[in-house]
Amino acid sequence: MLNASLRHALQHRGAKPVLWLLCLMPFAWLVWGAVNDALGANPAEYLIRATGDWTLRLLCVTLAVTPVRVMLGLPELAKFRRMLGLFTYFYVVLHLLCYSWLDMGFEWADIAADIAKRPFILVGFSAFVLLTLLALTSFNRAIRWLGAQRWQWLHRLVHVVAVLAVLHFFWMRAGKSNFAEVFVYASVLSVLLLFRLRGVIRSRRG
Amino acid sequence: MRLNQFSKNAGTGFEQGLSSEITPQAVYAQRRDWLKQIAAGAAGLSMATWASREALAQVSNAAVVRAGKLAPLTGALSRVSGANTMEKITTYTDATSYNNFYEFGTDKSDPAKYAHTLQTQPWTVEVEGLVKKPGRFDLDALLKLSPMEERIYRLRCVEGWSMVVPWVGYSLAELIKRVEPLGSAKYVEFITQADPKTMPGVRSRVLDWPYVEGLRLDEAMHPLTLLSFGMYGEVLPNQNGAPVRLVVPWKYGFKSAKSLVKIRFVEKQPINSWGRSAPQEYGFYSNVNPNVNHPRWSQATERRIGEDGLFAKKRKTLMFNGYEAQVGQLYAGMDLSKLY
Repeated sequence: MLNASLRHALQHRGAKPVLWLLCLMPFAWLVWGAVNDALGANPAEYLIRATGDWTLRLLCVTLAVTPVRVMLGLPELAKFRRMLGLFTYFYVVLHLLCYSWLDMGFEWADIAADIAKRPFILVGFSAFVLLTLLALTSFNRAIRWLGAQRWQWLHRLVHVVAVLAVLHFFWMRAGKSNFAEVFVYASVLSVLLLFRLRGVIRSRRG
Repeated sequence: MRLNQFSKNAGTGFEQGLSSEITPQAVYAQRRDWLKQIAAGAAGLSMATWASREALAQVSNAAVVRAGKLAPLTGALSRVSGANTMEKITTYTDATSYNNFYEFGTDKSDPAKYAHTLQTQPWTVEVEGLVKKPGRFDLDALLKLSPMEERIYRLRCVEGWSMVVPWVGYSLAELIKRVEPLGSAKYVEFITQADPKTMPGVRSRVLDWPYVEGLRLDEAMHPLTLLSFGMYGEVLPNQNGAPVRLVVPWKYGFKSAKSLVKIRFVEKQPINSWGRSAPQEYGFYSNVNPNVNHPRWSQATERRIGEDGLFAKKRKTLMFNGYEAQVGQLYAGMDLSKLY
C-alpha cells in the first residue's frame, strides 16, 4: 500500500523537478549566506568545507539509489540516479572552485604545487578527475558510443571515487584527530559498497 | 600506526622582507583596488556586504571598544617593544565566537556555545618544580601581582587564519621572577584545566587531557610572553580561556594555553599535547614561519578574520608573526626547518 503510493509519487512528472530543486537548496543557502554575511567569522573556510560536505552527502545518496531500488522494489528510482550523480559533480566543481579561488587566489602554480606535494589534496583531486570522466560520459549517446558493457565498467569507478573521497576527508581531519564525521561517511559508503559487492558475487555464482 | 607519512617541505625559496610594515601596506593597497572594482560594478554577484565590511575596516582604527558583556578589566597601553600593533582590531564577536578550545568541542563554534559551564571561581594556579619559591596563587593574588597592561597582538592560528586581539595582562616574566627559578630549570610547562563535568570536550578522546603546552625558559621570560586575564577591556570570556591564559604572539595560537591551573619548571623539554598527538605536524617550538609548511597546507599566507574579503587574496604571513625584531635572537643559529 505504502509502496504503491510511493511508486505513484515517483512516477509523477513533478518528481524530477522537485528533486532538482531539492538538490539546489544547499547551493542556494550558501549563496544567500555569502551575500548576507551569514557564514560565520571565516566564510571562505565555511564555503570550502560546506561544498565538500555536500559532495560527500550527494555521493552517498547517488550510491544508495540502486540498493534502495532493489531492496524496496522501486524501479522508478533508477531514473533519478543520473541527476543525483550530476549534482554530486556540481558540488565537487564548486568545492574545487572555492578551494582554487578563496583559498589559493587562482595562483595556478601554487595550486599545481599543492596538488603534487600534498597527498590529501592529490587524493581529492584524483577523485575530481574521475568524477569528471563520469560526468562527461553521463548522457545517453555516450552509452551508445562506449557500448553498455564498457560504459558500465567505466561508471563502476564511482566506487573508487567514494574511497578516495573518504580518504581525502580522513586526511583532512587527521591532524586534528577529529574523526567522528569521517566515520559516519565511511560507514554509509562501506555498507553501500558491500551491498554492490554482494550483488556481483551472487551474479557470478548464478 | 599512522597512515600519513608526509615529507617536510622546508625552504621553498619564499622571500620575505624583514620589516613588518611592508606587507600590510601592500595588502591594504590590494584591498583598495578590490573595492574600486566593486564600485565600478566589475564584480558580478551582489557583494555589497563584503564591500561594506571592507569600508568599515578602513574607517575604524586601533581604538579598543569594550563589548560591555563582562566585568571591566583595563590596563595602560604597554610600553613593551612590539606590544601594540596599529592594525585594525578584530571584532569582539569574531574573536569570541571563532576559536579552537578542544575542551569544549572540536568545531570552532563550539567554545562559544558550550563554555558557559566553565567554573572560574574559585581558581588557583599552582607554581611548582624547579623554583625556589613554589606556591599556590589564587586568582586575586595573580591579578594584583603586577600592573595590568593592554597589548594589541596579532594572533596567527596554525590553520591559516589570523586576528588582531587587544589583550589585558602582564608579562609572564613578572610571575617567573617572583618564584625564582633554579639554575636547573630550562623549560616551563603549562597545564590547563580538564574537568569533564564542566568541559564537555574532555569526555571525548581527541587529545590526551589535560592540555599541556611548554616554552623554553628564555621564551617564557621574553617580555612579549603575556599572562592574560582579559581582552577588549574586560575579563576573559570563558571560551577564550578564562580566567587566566598564556599569549605568545610569535607562535601559532595553540601554544597559548588557556585556563591555566599549573605552571611547572622543568629541566627537560616538555611534550606538548599537539606534539604528542601528531609529532610530524606540530613541533615543540611552533613559531609562526611562512617558510616551513604544515604537511597538509602552506603557511606562507593567512586570512585575516573579518577583514580580508571573501574574494580577496590572502595576506602574506610574516616571520615570527611580525615579531622577528623582538624575538629573532632567541633562535639564532637554530635550524628552524628542523626545529619547527
